[in-house]
Amino acid sequence: NVNPDLASERQTASFSVEKLTALLDGGTEQTRIRRAVVEAIESDPVFSRENQYFQTQNERYEAAVRKAVHLQKKMHEMGWTENGPEYKYIYRALSGDVAFLLHRVFMRSISVLGSDKQIAKWIPLGTQHKLIGSYAQTELGHGTYLQGLETTAVFDTATQEFILNTPKISAMKWWPGDLGRSATHTVVFAQLYIHGKCYGIHPFIVQIRSLQDHSLCPGITAGDIGPKMNFEHIDNGYLLLKNVRIPRENMLSKFCEVRPDGTYVRQGSQQINYFTMTTVRISLISDEVLTPLMKACTIAIRYSVVRRQSKLKPGEQEAKILDYQTQQEKLLPQLASAYAFHFTNDYLQELFNRGYREIQRKNFDMLPELHALSSGFKAVITQHCTAGVEICLRACGGHGYSLLSGLPSLYTKILASCIYEGENTILLLQTARFLIKCFMAASAGQPVPPSVTYLAAVKHGKCPAKNKLDFLSPDIYTEAYQHVAVRLISSTAAKLQDLIQSGVKKHDAWNQCTVQLVQAAKAHCHYIAVKNFAETVEKLETKAGIQKIMKHLCDLFALHGIFSNTGAFLHDGYTSAAQMDMVTASYLDLLAVIRKDAVPLVDAFDFTDKSLNSALGSYDGQVYQRLYEWAQKSPTNQMSPAYERYLKPLLHNTLSKL
Amino acid sequence: AAAMSVNADLRRERAAATFQPERLTHILDGGPERTRRRKEIEALVLNDPDFQHEDLNFLSRSQRYEQAIRKSSLMVVKLREYGIADPEEIYWFKSFVHRGRPEPLDLHLGMFLPTLLTQATPEQQDRFFMPAWNLEIIGTYAQTEMGHGTHLRGLETTATYDPSTQEFILNSPTVTSIKWWPGGLGKTSNHAIVLAQLYTQGQCKGLHAFIVPIRQLGTHEPLPGITVGDIGPKFGYDEMDNGYLKMDNFRIPRENMLMKYAQVEPDGTYVKPVSDKLTYGTMVFIRSLIVGDSARSLSRACTIAIRYSAVRHQSELKPGEPEPQILDYQTQQYKLFPLLATAYAFHFVGAYIKDTYHRISGDISTGDLSELPELHALTAGLKAFTSWTANAGIEECRMACGGHGYSRCSGIPDIYVTFTPSCTYEGENTVMMLQTARFLMKSYSQVTSGQQVTGMVSYLNDLSRQRIQPQHVAARTVTMRINDPTSLVEAYKSRAARLVESAAKNLQSELNHRKSKEDAWNRTSVDLVRASEAHCHYVIVKLFTAKLAEVSDAAVHAVLTDLCLLYALFGISRNAGDFLQAGILTSAQITQVNQRVKELLAVIRPNAVALVDSFDFHDVHLGSVLGRYDGNVYENMFEWAKKSPLNKTQVHESFHKHLKPMQAKL
Repeated sequence: NVNPDLASERQTASFSVEKLTALLDGGTEQTRIRRAVVEAIESDPVFSRENQYFQTQNERYEAAVRKAVHLQKKMHEMGWTENGPEYKYIYRALSGDVAFLLHRVFMRSISVLGSDKQIAKWIPLGTQHKLIGSYAQTELGHGTYLQGLETTAVFDTATQEFILNTPKISAMKWWPGDLGRSATHTVVFAQLYIHGKCYGIHPFIVQIRSLQDHSLCPGITAGDIGPKMNFEHIDNGYLLLKNVRIPRENMLSKFCEVRPDGTYVRQGSQQINYFTMTTVRISLISDEVLTPLMKACTIAIRYSVVRRQSKLKPGEQEAKILDYQTQQEKLLPQLASAYAFHFTNDYLQELFNRGYREIQRKNFDMLPELHALSSGFKAVITQHCTAGVEICLRACGGHGYSLLSGLPSLYTKILASCIYEGENTILLLQTARFLIKCFMAASAGQPVPPSVTYLAAVKHGKCPAKNKLDFLSPDIYTEAYQHVAVRLISSTAAKLQDLIQSGVKKHDAWNQCTVQLVQAAKAHCHYIAVKNFAETVEKLETKAGIQKIMKHLCDLFALHGIFSNTGAFLHDGYTSAAQMDMVTASYLDLLAVIRKDAVPLVDAFDFTDKSLNSALGSYDGQVYQRLYEWAQKSPTNQMSPAYERYLKPLLHNTLSKL
Repeated sequence: AAAMSVNADLRRERAAATFQPERLTHILDGGPERTRRRKEIEALVLNDPDFQHEDLNFLSRSQRYEQAIRKSSLMVVKLREYGIADPEEIYWFKSFVHRGRPEPLDLHLGMFLPTLLTQATPEQQDRFFMPAWNLEIIGTYAQTEMGHGTHLRGLETTATYDPSTQEFILNSPTVTSIKWWPGGLGKTSNHAIVLAQLYTQGQCKGLHAFIVPIRQLGTHEPLPGITVGDIGPKFGYDEMDNGYLKMDNFRIPRENMLMKYAQVEPDGTYVKPVSDKLTYGTMVFIRSLIVGDSARSLSRACTIAIRYSAVRHQSELKPGEPEPQILDYQTQQYKLFPLLATAYAFHFVGAYIKDTYHRISGDISTGDLSELPELHALTAGLKAFTSWTANAGIEECRMACGGHGYSRCSGIPDIYVTFTPSCTYEGENTVMMLQTARFLMKSYSQVTSGQQVTGMVSYLNDLSRQRIQPQHVAARTVTMRINDPTSLVEAYKSRAARLVESAAKNLQSELNHRKSKEDAWNRTSVDLVRASEAHCHYVIVKLFTAKLAEVSDAAVHAVLTDLCLLYALFGISRNAGDFLQAGILTSAQITQVNQRVKELLAVIRPNAVALVDSFDFHDVHLGSVLGRYDGNVYENMFEWAKKSPLNKTQVHESFHKHLKPMQAKL
């Protein structure tokens, strides 16, 4: 029983929704597997999220633990394994609402940083959940800047133990997931001291809770860090260590070892480890960043064709709010971004797979470029998508503000991604450092990595567009983006050099240019994203209307970027004022074109109603009925003690006091 | 001893300030006497044990509602005990009691009682006002429906007059017509002023207001024919029982229609109201409150982020040196100082609207409403402009606090979720911007038809003068004096003129191509919103600049001038495209502006903490561990976390329920 306003939107799709879904999944077989996993999870009532908006922090946590435990059973039942093709869809199917996510990080860090002996000892324990692990890096006083961590591990040759301490309040471990209530063990990052000398940050396996009764081990203080904007189901925790002794064998020692006599030995190359950290940034993009934006677009766009408000033409029915240009201008660019970054993600994944193969062959040449791309894109995509979800939220007016819309929780969850795995500004500055270096190298005629070769071929032209249709040519807009990136990078490099030549110290000069450097790094990533989208479109099959609609989205993504940042494109006259009017005209025309396919474009994301968990975004568009019925289940509609305790006296007795 | 415990970084910051924060506080409050009185009222609340309670972050929604109701009841009693009656003083008292959060009696005090005063007949006031004043009647204002918000004409609730019984029959005929969102409706109120389409003698007479009893006095049970409840959990507003209301053939006496203006006579004859301009007044007033709220909410977020950034040390700026305060990083200053300047700008804009409103509402009673349309149009846009900017700004402040900003202990999540609905309520922002645009288009066409316009839009008069000359407005590069706010006001003025003109021309060209006016308007609406934004931006820069002239203290004047320049130049830098495209500024000038913005960051840096101290938020009101006046952040985060609900027991029950059985099985 689909709302006719939504049904009519689906009848006019210019492309095959099913084919687009398959394209997004990477093939029809992948679509089939994903749907099977989703079906298996969603048909199991233990995994239901229907009541999550009504639950307290304690209830959310308990439900997440219950689900995590049940998931083990489910996987066994279904024959899913960690290496199977189903595995990557499980998390998406659960919408991340499950405990022990850090357990996986714990396991991975042992696999990557541990010696063969350590792997043999700990991994089976973890796999069988004889212990639950966490990963304790961030401290109260230190986050992204790892060298600043203050926890210490002092080697005691007499007992062959490390003594771990959090010597001051700011050294307390703070934020690690699963640490507050669940974990029995954790990997603690601490400054290693041997015979009074500091050897820097190293990882140690520390048991924090009893395997018998779950009570805290001696010397350990741990607990939950309290309510957050989201992740109520996760017990992010704190950890204080007071003279906690662990055996020498508990330092993860694939790369560094402390011998019994206290000799410190470095072994092997850490670059593979470094590479692993870089991959984490890329691996979060799909599940943690793109999925929430795609869900938010689905909810907001479906709701916008069901919601009618005000009249466009006198005497007619009230118009669907998606028919308002201002509403299109809010939502459709977010939709285009979701597709654009989906393809960026494909590009990065492929690049990283290639990088991984090279590294296994002991070729580390790609590392700096991969690091720069992963840092920059992690920052740009998380920032862009977070802003996008918020726009979707506000575009749904008052009802978007209800938790039952699903949008507030999507927003509060995605925005954490701007902070974890490296604070965005710091990441962008890392990308900028790479760009400046490459620019200097390119100017000196030295070879540079493929993604920055454009820096070597600086062209000083003007934008050749003659009419608004020219701006629908990928060559025209890609070149405009390239021009802006080159201009920002080269002018910042010049500014840095000027400052240094005028006697300013290098680090001061750097700090004075950081605002520009951040802009340059963003421009670089934006250029790559546009270029990659355009190239992807060219390779798509022309059948079933897919290429055509993707081309429209690519154009919209590119022109929206110009329209919302006109200053960068007008600066130095690359684009003229008249050309900018053409951009605006083409951009606004595109909104009306894509409007027609907006609903099929979000349908193609293929989210089930259960996974959207939204009264506004369901497939059948029965928005108001669902909102009304769901609200009645709210615990606040059970009799509240507030009436008897406060309202009644207020209504009856307070008169005397007034 | 208290001074000793202040974090050393903050002490150093405060000692280095070039001005006295109290002086600036006085300016924000409207004089030293107002500051004294505000603090006096603040002390009444803070020293009152009745208003103490556990940190709200650790309470469930039901518990938060209960606390709020408890405090609200006490608040009403105490306000009268203390004889606090001035609206601003009531506002202070209320916001200290509820720490800047909404409360279940908001709609009773802010809408129900005032509506009775303005729209009820003397007879109706006799029946309802005193019981409402004494809280036997608790009322709310039920306008928004599930299917309709800002577009009031679309409301579907009906009130059909039945002359045989002299009653109105109220109905919610569809699911979409269910009243949805009104604060205090879900659980608290026993009456509601309901807006419904009036039908009498078979004709629809449009929206009118009716006093509808919804719950039984005494038992508080819903009356027969009434379905009422809470709409469920929201992003914020946990203390508020936003509610739904469905009416099925619910009958109320004819005398329950608010009939000061429009009337239905016993036989069903409808008597039209004299003028509907008066409703403008209320809207202007409420929107002016939102502008002030934008300023305050952004100020609170800035206070937290800037103090924390002075306490937090991270990474290295110079090799070998200790970790610097994160406020010393240019990127951090670039995030926070423009927002600080914005908060000040909005304070002055809020004060301006309030003053203008009071001046004009004097005229309303004497009949001169000539300025009302402009003020109405202006406040719509300013409400949208300031709430959008503050909404984004609060989030930027939170992000600038990194991971700890994400914790509820930072207080910023709460500020954000409490503030963000103001982008929607009292007029959805895009719709507001388009209202301002409508006024701008009207003014523009007046100018093109040879009339003069006055007030804030008078710059449009220059357009016609320029048209006589061969030079197009867009080709007029100004010699901008980068350190002179008045010169920057001129640049903003040119931008607004150019965008208004361009929107008007695009609108005209759409009209030339299409049949319907509405269609043309819709197809130009992105341009129209841009024009409104540019107009509002100009007004804000102008008002901030004008404020400087009123500041006599030289040190305060100097620091406010820096902020005003930063506000204006940052806005140019961010919107460089508009200035470049219109030929108002050259690329070289933009580069100069960008450079000057960065210099100003360094100039403002030593005064940053003093500038947020001047907002003078008490720690209790700020509700933030990161933003504490004493800067003892980390110790107090730990203390705070220990109180978390998950920490109530040493071993969480989930261990026994789930973990242990699992481990046993494996």
